[in-house]
Amino acid sequence: MNVPEHLYFLESHEWVDARDPEAAAVGISDHAQAELTDVVYLELPEVGRTVAKGDPIAVIESVKAANDIYAPASGEIVEVNEPLAEAPEPVNEDPYGAGWMFKLRLSDATETEALLNAAAYREHIG
Amino acid sequence: MNLSPLDPMHRSLGARMAPFAGWEMPIQYEGIVAEHRAVRESVGIFDISHMGQLEVSGPNAESWLNHILTNDLTRLGDGEGQYTLMLNGEGGVIDDLIVYRMLADRYFLVVNAARIAEDWAWLGQHRSDGVELYDHSPHFGGIAVQGPRAAELWNQIEPDSPLPKRNGITVRADEVDLCRTGYTGEDGFELFAKSSEIGDWWTRLVDAGAKPCGLGARDTLRLEMGFPLNGSDLDAEHTPLEAGLGWAAKLDKPGGFIGAKVLKHQRENGIPTRLSALKMMGKAPPIRHGYAVLTSEADDQPGEVLTSLTSGSLSPTLGLGIGLAYLPRDEATVGRELRIQVRDRNFPAEITKRPFISS
Repeated sequence: MNVPEHLYFLESHEWVDARDPEAAAVGISDHAQAELTDVVYLELPEVGRTVAKGDPIAVIESVKAANDIYAPASGEIVEVNEPLAEAPEPVNEDPYGAGWMFKLRLSDATETEALLNAAAYREHIG
Repeated sequence: MNLSPLDPMHRSLGARMAPFAGWEMPIQYEGIVAEHRAVRESVGIFDISHMGQLEVSGPNAESWLNHILTNDLTRLGDGEGQYTLMLNGEGGVIDDLIVYRMLADRYFLVVNAARIAEDWAWLGQHRSDGVELYDHSPHFGGIAVQGPRAAELWNQIEPDSPLPKRNGITVRADEVDLCRTGYTGEDGFELFAKSSEIGDWWTRLVDAGAKPCGLGARDTLRLEMGFPLNGSDLDAEHTPLEAGLGWAAKLDKPGGFIGAKVLKHQRENGIPTRLSALKMMGKAPPIRHGYAVLTSEADDQPGEVLTSLTSGSLSPTLGLGIGLAYLPRDEATVGRELRIQVRDRNFPAEITKRPFISS
């Protein structure tokens, strides 16, 4: 499974790219998309919404089940990947690229350092 | 937790396993959508070892069973089968099943996994002289091969063993029961054999090109056809008339059947509810079992909750949410617009005809 070195992860399989703290992209891992298979629907948050780390802020649905997406860090939603609401396939096809879901302006850049780094996430998913 | 005799095959294929009706069963292999498409367009294979196989035999088997089951058993010739239901005294559904007449005094019943114990107890409780009951379930396994290429695949591996005609059964000399039935709306067959032998059949059929499919695709396939699932769409609180299965309940057959009185009363006075097919009117989240169904009001009105979905899924064929729900009779007219609540929002849906797709 692909686990890029520059990302941080939640145990619930969200990733965040914190290199740009003004617009930190968030998505789900390659492992998570493989587990879900067939992502058929995505409910994205609204731009401007303020979220706290751990808040459920989006919903991802496969044929079988609906799953919450949690905020990996606190901040404000500054952008969402609108095309995914119409066609969520990139979540399966390119989870770290075109499958990004929203971007956060991080309110505390140090918060992401407490998340799993790539090595720890690799261990987490076994 | 019961393990299917095909359990090692599922694990070697990397299936995602989950508990279902007391069994550890494969939910999916490659993915529900790919498996669903294989069955609609080509051929898929399912493990149905969890289902129950009961045998009823003896000189009084036919007349006795015909009083237990709703359809008319006397219409069957040797080697023919029919969809039927077993009701309680109040007309509620205990189980829906396929009964096959192997011989005039020998019947084969394929019942739902979750209901084997209940069916067995009910049959035992009503048992009379001249009737023998036998439960093959513990030492039988089963597979369903479904799709437009199913018959071709069978003829390829067993050219000298013709499939029975639609809804029929062939009992082979090697104790393999071959049934031309299924739960997907496609042509296909179900094969029951001793647990020790079912693995060989699975391997031969997979090697011949049948795509392994899990219970996830089995559910989306049956829902697209509007086939009810016992325990979700069928229960002790609703009659077959309410479920739209009146065609399988022969109210006027000689001798009647257990529960017929309530059905006759409903036929004369009207059914209180009707199991209705609901289809989302455009882009919406997938709908699921338990979601509330509301009347359709202006956008600023909350609407009234009428019922909840007994089944719901995304239809891979239509790309739309589809579901079933028991609606009050007066609300259950085709074309009526309703709303289905998904989390905190209501999405428009309309009552449509079953099946959801044309086969």
